[in-house]
Amino acid sequence: MQINRTEVIKNLDRFKMVIILLLMIIVMSFASDVFLSGRNIMNVVRQISVNMILAVGMTFVIMTGGIDLSVGSILAVSGVVASSLLKNGSVDSILLVTIIASIVGGLLGLVNGLSIAKLKVPPFISTLAMMQIARGIAYLLSNGRPIVDLPKRFLIIGQEAFMGLPIMVIMMIVVVAIGYVLLQRTRFGRYVYYIGGNEEAARVSGVNVSRILILVYVLAGICAGFAGVILSSRINSGQPQAGLTYELYAIAAVVIGGTSLNGGIGSIGGTIIGAIIIGLIRNSMNLLNVSPFNQMVVLGVVILLAVILDMQSSKRMLKS
Amino acid sequence: MKGISKQFPGVKALNQVDFSVRYGEVHALIGENGAGKSTLMKVLLGMYTPNSGTISFAGKDVVIDSPHDALKTGISMIHQELSLVPDRTVAENIFIGREPVNALGLLDWKRLYAEAESLMRTIGMVFDPQQKVSDLTVSQQQMIEIARAVSYKSKLIIMDEPTSALTDKEVNTLYTIINGLKKEHVSVIFISHKLEEIFRIADRTTVLRDGELVGVKNNKEFNKELLVTMMVGRELNQIFPKEDVAIGDVLLEAKNLTRKGVFENISFSVRKGEILGFSGLMGAGRTEVMRALFGIDRLDSGEVFLRGEKVNIHSPQKAISLGLGMVTEDRKVEGLCLIRSIKENISMVTMKDYCRLSLINDRKETAHAQSKIEMLRIKTPNQHVKANSLSGGNQQKVVVAKWLAIKPGLIILDEPTRGIDVGAKSEIHKLMTSFVKEGLAIILISSELPEVLGMSDRILVMHEGRIKGEFLREEATQEKLLQCAMVENREGSYANQ
Repeated sequence: MQINRTEVIKNLDRFKMVIILLLMIIVMSFASDVFLSGRNIMNVVRQISVNMILAVGMTFVIMTGGIDLSVGSILAVSGVVASSLLKNGSVDSILLVTIIASIVGGLLGLVNGLSIAKLKVPPFISTLAMMQIARGIAYLLSNGRPIVDLPKRFLIIGQEAFMGLPIMVIMMIVVVAIGYVLLQRTRFGRYVYYIGGNEEAARVSGVNVSRILILVYVLAGICAGFAGVILSSRINSGQPQAGLTYELYAIAAVVIGGTSLNGGIGSIGGTIIGAIIIGLIRNSMNLLNVSPFNQMVVLGVVILLAVILDMQSSKRMLKS
Repeated sequence: MKGISKQFPGVKALNQVDFSVRYGEVHALIGENGAGKSTLMKVLLGMYTPNSGTISFAGKDVVIDSPHDALKTGISMIHQELSLVPDRTVAENIFIGREPVNALGLLDWKRLYAEAESLMRTIGMVFDPQQKVSDLTVSQQQMIEIARAVSYKSKLIIMDEPTSALTDKEVNTLYTIINGLKKEHVSVIFISHKLEEIFRIADRTTVLRDGELVGVKNNKEFNKELLVTMMVGRELNQIFPKEDVAIGDVLLEAKNLTRKGVFENISFSVRKGEILGFSGLMGAGRTEVMRALFGIDRLDSGEVFLRGEKVNIHSPQKAISLGLGMVTEDRKVEGLCLIRSIKENISMVTMKDYCRLSLINDRKETAHAQSKIEMLRIKTPNQHVKANSLSGGNQQKVVVAKWLAIKPGLIILDEPTRGIDVGAKSEIHKLMTSFVKEGLAIILISSELPEVLGMSDRILVMHEGRIKGEFLREEATQEKLLQCAMVENREGSYANQ
């Protein structure tokens, strides 16, 4: 194949986030002694896990051209549910608790999906409302207080390791793998691409658009529920205010990963890169002693830049 | 306007067109779909930049770069879709963006209402300027748009099919207003498909055809027959690859399909091996009938029989499972995922067939896409390039390809060759012939008369949501179809000749 300028630009465009990621790693390894230490790396990977799981669900949502602002609140509900079930002893098995909490997340996602697909409420509004509703539920279920003194066994998820890998990281990898297969290798995933690419064409071609949309929001809810269990175990409590603004980090990871906010374009691979970049930015700022307030400003600016980049590359695509 | 040409990729939309309007004249602009009327008006309004030609207005050469420029020059347009703010008053809508203000910079309501009232009086309108626009009828809203155009001191007002949504009585009011404008020496360009009203209201008429000027005539020297002949004009010299195919049993029969306010009592049948053409002007309801038949939109009433059995097609999934296919009118809007690959677009309808336990069998999918690319001779470097990188004709073939995979019994083609070049057109026509040879039935919607005439075994003409005439291949001519589609209140007169 002949290599020409446009080909090079296209490939640069495609891998720009990988390049940015590598640059960040190089710069940080000079700026901080501890950055490349095994302990810090493990720390970063752990920090990334919860956002990565949320971002996998969010990838499906954004791929359809939608948005889910409620995942942070759903995460809090599931964390509170899991913690209280374990604390009052009504459920003993960690596995069962995890499943129940994920289902709770899925049900809240189902409400999102139904109102979006059936009642045609715009995703932004539907999930904004759910953000508020789920947060309220989390406070109601916990009486507004953190649920502490959880059984020791529960802490395995967030704090133990298996063959050197933290359990929560293994769980994250499993979610990412399932997300990859679902999006890239199954009919469901293809339909998600079609709907994002051209909803009307998908409908005319016999795709059951509303069913797929509902499933997508259920999936985002399940991911949030699952992430809620992991976060509870990691912080050793069920916190009703957990996951505040997490939806923003998840959206940022997806958009930085190259998924178009208009839908139809994107990949789980991109989201992995995006989540790692967000994680590294936060870690780097901690290492460099940037104040939390400044961190908020920086992350906001990063999100804005990512969206601008996305808009420009989609403009380029329209022209070509 | 002198020597106006406008070239779009692959099409010459206007070729050296001269067009002039006199002071205080009502000038009708007429032509088939795609004759270049709207392109010419868009050039005049500065929405398109012409490739050549000049425009002069009130004796001076002008350059118009935007509708805003046009407005400043003194040209405004009343669009088919109205552009008023429904929740504001009549006066506010007339002076939107130029409301009078008092010394404090606040809105001067008294003056606003007074000026609106006096303006409307000069052109013979009686409205309460404080009334909300949403309380007015469509025709009254149109009057407000006209008043707004006058308030800009426009000397030339373009009206694009202004009577399409009006009752007879309202049409008369519009005529009174237009006559009022003439008295104020305002000129009107009147675009219409209705021959009757052109003879009633216009002083002169310009006829366009295939982007060229056919003629300008005083309406006194005109009659309907001459006008239709001028509009059609061309010889049927294009050769269509239509072959006689044995026509089999009735495949699909539609009875009294109705969707309120859109179409009414549509009945037709189509047989195996037959190409049934649907002709008519844009907005006659042809696409809408097919969308409802295919389960995209709901039917209010009516029955559909497939191979003699009553079927209830409530969704496209159902239609597909019954072996119907539909190449939609606008491939960009409802045909393709432009940002996805050719392969993915071709598999869109039949994804199920390449999946086991919902997992995609990539080899099977790729092989299928490849076979369709070869069969339809889609010109593409490979099947992984995005659909938007193809030419219009090849994009259209991709849309056809995705439907062929289901081996349909009936395929609906809605404007299958719009906006594609001659070579690709003829290939699509050849494909149609080969489909019917295999026993498929085809419903062809086309606004191009030669295409409908050249490809169909039978032609139905629709007009304002109803079927107005039926012609066999042998008896149909461009003149008959056009007359049937345009001339009002002659139910089926040409069908019976």
